[in-house]
Amino acid sequence: MTANTVMQSADVARAITRIAHEILESNRGSDNLVLLGIPTRGVTLADRIAAAIHAIDGADVPRGSLDVTMYRDDLQSNPLREPSPTAVPVDIDQATVVLVDDVLYSGRTVRAALDALTDFGRPDVVRLAVLIDRGHRELPIRADYVGKNLPSSPGERINVCLVETDGVDAVEIDRGDDA
Amino acid sequence: MIPHLLSTRDLSRESAISLLDTAEDMAILGHRDNKKLPALRGKTIVNLFYEDSTRTRISFEVAQKRLSADVINFSAKGSSVSKGESFKDTILTLRELGVDGVVIRHPSSGAPQLLAERDWIDVPVVNAGDGTHEHPTQALLDAFTLRKNIHGADSRGRGLDGAHVIIVGDILHSRVARSNVWLLEHLGARVTVVAPVTLIPAGASRWPITISHDLDSALSQPVDAVMMLRVQSERMRDAYFPNAHEYSQGWGLTEERFAALSPQTLVMHPGPMNRGLEICSTAADSAQSVILQQVANGVFVRMSVLYSILTGTSEVPHE
Repeated sequence: MTANTVMQSADVARAITRIAHEILESNRGSDNLVLLGIPTRGVTLADRIAAAIHAIDGADVPRGSLDVTMYRDDLQSNPLREPSPTAVPVDIDQATVVLVDDVLYSGRTVRAALDALTDFGRPDVVRLAVLIDRGHRELPIRADYVGKNLPSSPGERINVCLVETDGVDAVEIDRGDDA
Repeated sequence: MIPHLLSTRDLSRESAISLLDTAEDMAILGHRDNKKLPALRGKTIVNLFYEDSTRTRISFEVAQKRLSADVINFSAKGSSVSKGESFKDTILTLRELGVDGVVIRHPSSGAPQLLAERDWIDVPVVNAGDGTHEHPTQALLDAFTLRKNIHGADSRGRGLDGAHVIIVGDILHSRVARSNVWLLEHLGARVTVVAPVTLIPAGASRWPITISHDLDSALSQPVDAVMMLRVQSERMRDAYFPNAHEYSQGWGLTEERFAALSPQTLVMHPGPMNRGLEICSTAADSAQSVILQQVANGVFVRMSVLYSILTGTSEVPHE
């Protein structure tokens, strides 16, 4: 095995709690906040962040999922992608929307998410929270809240595992065959 | 390999369920204020209709527009076909005009298959009804409607296992019945077909169905849905039943039969309806009728089909 664990369960928990604090700090509380996760693991992370905000502030922040499949710019150059459910539970006009994803890489998923969001309404502010920023951006996009910066080479794989989907909380870096 | 949708017979259970699941996602987005998705932006699709249609053609057109495709509507009436242009020459013309997908309805069974197999044009083909052969998107929207009514919000990933569906009427001429028989079988439902002997095709004894000629006895069993088919007078060149009154009394969903029907049994019809012939207005407009849901779901299912065959690299088959 060439996979190295770079975040353990406790590291993931601390990163989520810190992101929750940072969101509350920059938003000056939980008013107007809406957390939208990008399927699959972004949705789980949005739930975790919402739970952390509840633990800190007592507020129940609306959260949902925003599938970006239909908005991707690579639909023709990849095998068929099956869409995931979208559920935007509240009106996002004038809201502060925090998009949540597991890994920020090329930025193309976030670009697609911004387009998808526009079709639902016009938030006052859109922020981006990610558990891992691995660099190699292809678009002028950056995250506002980052769990961990993880410099990586394009040949490596970053695996984010969460209890809900993978049975364990961990982040691994897989060096692949050319390590 | 280019993915086509020509029939439900050659669709696997997995691909059928995946198409229905994608239709669920399309349905969610269909309830937004902005109903348009950019997935097929820059794609040109031609709707090639050699036979009249209202709901199927408009439903495909709405689905294509919701996915941001450019749409060309071709109907044989009013085109060079009436000047004697052959099917092949029409297709070659469309190829040179640069279309990315073809939706075809044709009075000849097998026309979509021909289009998919010949090298006239190298794009995905969707069968929108061919002769008395198949109408796969109708069967998919029927299955979607059934699944939604049986399983509700818990529909995703599921088939129709154990459901009992009765299909009544002109089976002989019905491509809707054929597509439904195969798809319902793939999805695990039990199908009973009810019709006068003259309207059952010769090969039906080999279909995975129970055949009955007595609607009242068929309706005396537990039934999840009763699907009434249109009496297709335009395809009937012989006398298949004595007269409309007798057909209605024997095989129509009349006021009396509807009154005796369990309130849980769904009433379905692919449209257009002959009210008073195969279905009474009380049944068609009742709370247990899902006929208008079928129309609405048609758009979501067709979006799913178009998305699934027009995106993705063609080297990777979608099954």
